[in-house]
Amino acid sequence: MTTLMDTVDQPSLGARVKQRISSDERVMRVCMGIIALFLLVAVVLPLYSMMAKSMEDRDGAFVGLANFAEYFSTPSLFFSGINSLAISLLVTFIVIVTAFIYAYALTRTCMPFKWFFRLIAIVPLLTPSLLSGVSLVYWFGNQGIAKDMLFGETIYGPIGIIIGSTYWVFPHALMIVITALSITDARLYEAAAALRTSAIRTFFKVTLPGCKYGLISAGFVVFILVFTDFGVPKVIGGNFNMLATDIYKQVIGQQNFQMGAVVSVVLLVPAVIAFTVDRLVQRKQVALLSARAVPLEPKPDRRRDMMMFCFCSFVALLIILMIGMAQYAALIKFWPYNLEFTLANYNFDVANGGGWDAYHNSIKMASFTAFFGTIIVFFGAYLLEKGRGFAIGRGVFHGIAMLPLAVPGMVLGLSYIFFFNNPDNPFNFIYGTMTILVVSTIAHFYTVSHLTAVTALKQMDDEFESVAASLKTPFYKTFFKVTVPVCLPASLDIMIYLFLNAMTTVSAVVFIYSSDTQLASVAVLNMDDQGELPFAAAMAMMIAYTCATARLLHLLITRKLLRRTQAWRHR
Amino acid sequence: MTRKNIIPQSVSTLFGAALLTFGMASYAATELTVYTAIEADDLKRYAEEFNKVNPDIEVKWVRDSTGIVTAKLLAEKENPQADIVWGLAATSLMLLKSEGMTEGYTPVGADKLDKKFVDSDSPMHWTGMDAWVAAICVNTIEAEKNNLPMPTSWKDLLKPEYKGHIVMPNPNSSGTGFLDVSSWLQLFGEDEGWKFMDGLHENIAWYTHSGSKPCRQAGAGEAPIGVSFAYRGAKVKAKGAPVEIIIPSEGAGWDMEATAIIKGTKNLDAAKKLADFAVSKQANTMYNTVYAVVAYPGVAQPVEFYPENIGDKMINNDFEFSANNRDRILKEWQRRYDSKSEPKS
Repeated sequence: MTTLMDTVDQPSLGARVKQRISSDERVMRVCMGIIALFLLVAVVLPLYSMMAKSMEDRDGAFVGLANFAEYFSTPSLFFSGINSLAISLLVTFIVIVTAFIYAYALTRTCMPFKWFFRLIAIVPLLTPSLLSGVSLVYWFGNQGIAKDMLFGETIYGPIGIIIGSTYWVFPHALMIVITALSITDARLYEAAAALRTSAIRTFFKVTLPGCKYGLISAGFVVFILVFTDFGVPKVIGGNFNMLATDIYKQVIGQQNFQMGAVVSVVLLVPAVIAFTVDRLVQRKQVALLSARAVPLEPKPDRRRDMMMFCFCSFVALLIILMIGMAQYAALIKFWPYNLEFTLANYNFDVANGGGWDAYHNSIKMASFTAFFGTIIVFFGAYLLEKGRGFAIGRGVFHGIAMLPLAVPGMVLGLSYIFFFNNPDNPFNFIYGTMTILVVSTIAHFYTVSHLTAVTALKQMDDEFESVAASLKTPFYKTFFKVTVPVCLPASLDIMIYLFLNAMTTVSAVVFIYSSDTQLASVAVLNMDDQGELPFAAAMAMMIAYTCATARLLHLLITRKLLRRTQAWRHR
Repeated sequence: MTRKNIIPQSVSTLFGAALLTFGMASYAATELTVYTAIEADDLKRYAEEFNKVNPDIEVKWVRDSTGIVTAKLLAEKENPQADIVWGLAATSLMLLKSEGMTEGYTPVGADKLDKKFVDSDSPMHWTGMDAWVAAICVNTIEAEKNNLPMPTSWKDLLKPEYKGHIVMPNPNSSGTGFLDVSSWLQLFGEDEGWKFMDGLHENIAWYTHSGSKPCRQAGAGEAPIGVSFAYRGAKVKAKGAPVEIIIPSEGAGWDMEATAIIKGTKNLDAAKKLADFAVSKQANTMYNTVYAVVAYPGVAQPVEFYPENIGDKMINNDFEFSANNRDRILKEWQRRYDSKSEPKS
């Protein structure tokens, strides 16, 4: 009887469920279409206009690959390419190892003062990347305090680039690795303990595989950030050529946009490789946080906790020394000959860069970017991860979302001029406004935010959606009732990440700000360029105070919310 | 309850702000978007002086370094945002002219300017303001520490004792760097010029991406000697840096800051008024507060911290030669000096 009932009943039930899914699907596809359209306008089309430029001569006539042929025939390309590759690989290795240990200490041990280490690790995000260069000059330059520690080597070159880059990309990697490590299933560890698996074996068989995806993502992020950054090599690189500084030379030095576009296209190659590898790895990722998962509570282990404490203290000390020197630079009269303290360097209205107005503009721009950016990024990632069907569309979407990371800010900024300042472009009206700055900044930092959201979402079992669907709950209800609360920490992280980056970014916005929308970070670049180093340090520190305040607010809000919405994580 | 109140409040604030902006726009007659590379502390003075003559025109500055302003202007070629450029390297403006981006207009009173400071075409496409002369900045404290004699000429810089003590701008990144290279080729001739640079390269500690940096680094003692320009040297010295500014005895290359109206501006009349003002005696007196050599003959007074008689040392700069051979010179420079990957010890 029952078997008969089942066989009779099932088809109709199945059909009903399917129907519900497909109406959901339609809404999802429309939403995804809207976000895809945003990415299309903010990333793909501007880049297309840039690519088109790489195949034109100075008069705008199509010349095919002639520019590429010319560029590849210059011997300097070879050296720049090798240099960029070598530096990026080395920094990636250093940063990933450091970030992993640091993140492990924060998430899986009972090390004391975790809150402090969490805060201090974010410090490099608070200032423009240029500042690490400035700080290094004061430490290790020819007048530097600790010059002798280099044993006669010069800081102007690979050493400076490696230290400076490691410093500023560290938090970028840490953010992804922490997310990957903080969601795990304690039952795996209980099982391992029950089977008397050694700690080392547990580490290699449970911990590492569990955060493998996050580590690989973080690796790509770091590699590409270093590969495309021009701020650090410009300030401290000396004669050490890299591809990103080659673009600077072509575009700013010689106003040769076509050649600049050629180097940009060359720089896009690692992005394509990264994307391909990422897709391959992702296919193997399994959800760790199933519906029955139990959150892991680290148990104290004195020896391990102390070792971790020492390691984190060392990293924290290096960060403090870096930012401390910048603060010192902002407060003294004339390095190195007049070391009196002064506040005169904070009187920005007499320096280049737009004065205090620029600072206020920056805060406005960063707030808009954080607010709208988080909504777009998170919803986009959700549709991508939890949407059903439409595989090709989702694949393309993920590809576009990965793209901005590989695009050097300078390239993005220039391509915005070409694309948005075209009188035939229907979006032409946003040119020269705050909107274009916000759009470009969201686009510029889309990838890491997207990866954070995806990592958080990926660790949520699809069962939530299946159950919701079988209960005929529309997807948006599941989204707001389950997904958003579970991923709240991650989306708050995205928000602060966007805010901090918007405050500190230079390379993209430098081309598209107007007289009404000057920015503090651009002011730092200008001041450094004109030799007003103390002003640059002071303005950078103003940015740092602001970002630190925002970060503290973020911490307080997160704590409060966590207590309210994340109680399920604890037994 | 309170949360609900926030939204209408902020909306009304926005409305108020919008109304205010519109209100203001109807009062000021013309807004002129001016692209410039002039230093910020000078900008305010310049706009104030201009408004004394033309109170109805509001100057909206877009300021950035020479390279970025030039790149921005060229990138905006299809739909220019600037009405006029006031204070950008003349070589950049010549480039804009060759791209057909400048408006031909001979400002009233431009005939009074020194001929080498204005465009030779009629009507003129650009007019000069002041000269920007190459110079060597030497840090006296560091020079003494390293036992370096004071150089007096370009050729002095080839001496072996200066090895690793000189910084100069990379001509591929910086207009000042190119100005130096082009002036050496003009002064010494092609063969001698390159030979000079071969020798100089041996002594260079590193090349910078900005023309101001070498003098700033000399001022801070990062390198004892920086090849830069006199204006920057004077500014660094005014800040209290122990630097000596030397105009080499062979003569020094130079460029000038100049003015040009951008073709297609919607505010042509206002732009012309600014162009007229930019060549006036009043404006040139104003330039003279920070620049020792200005376009209006007889105006220039000595400026503090500048070396004396700087005008006499300026070479007879052939801008046409520089513009026509730029690509070739840069390529050759890159081939010779920029392919090495290791920084020299």
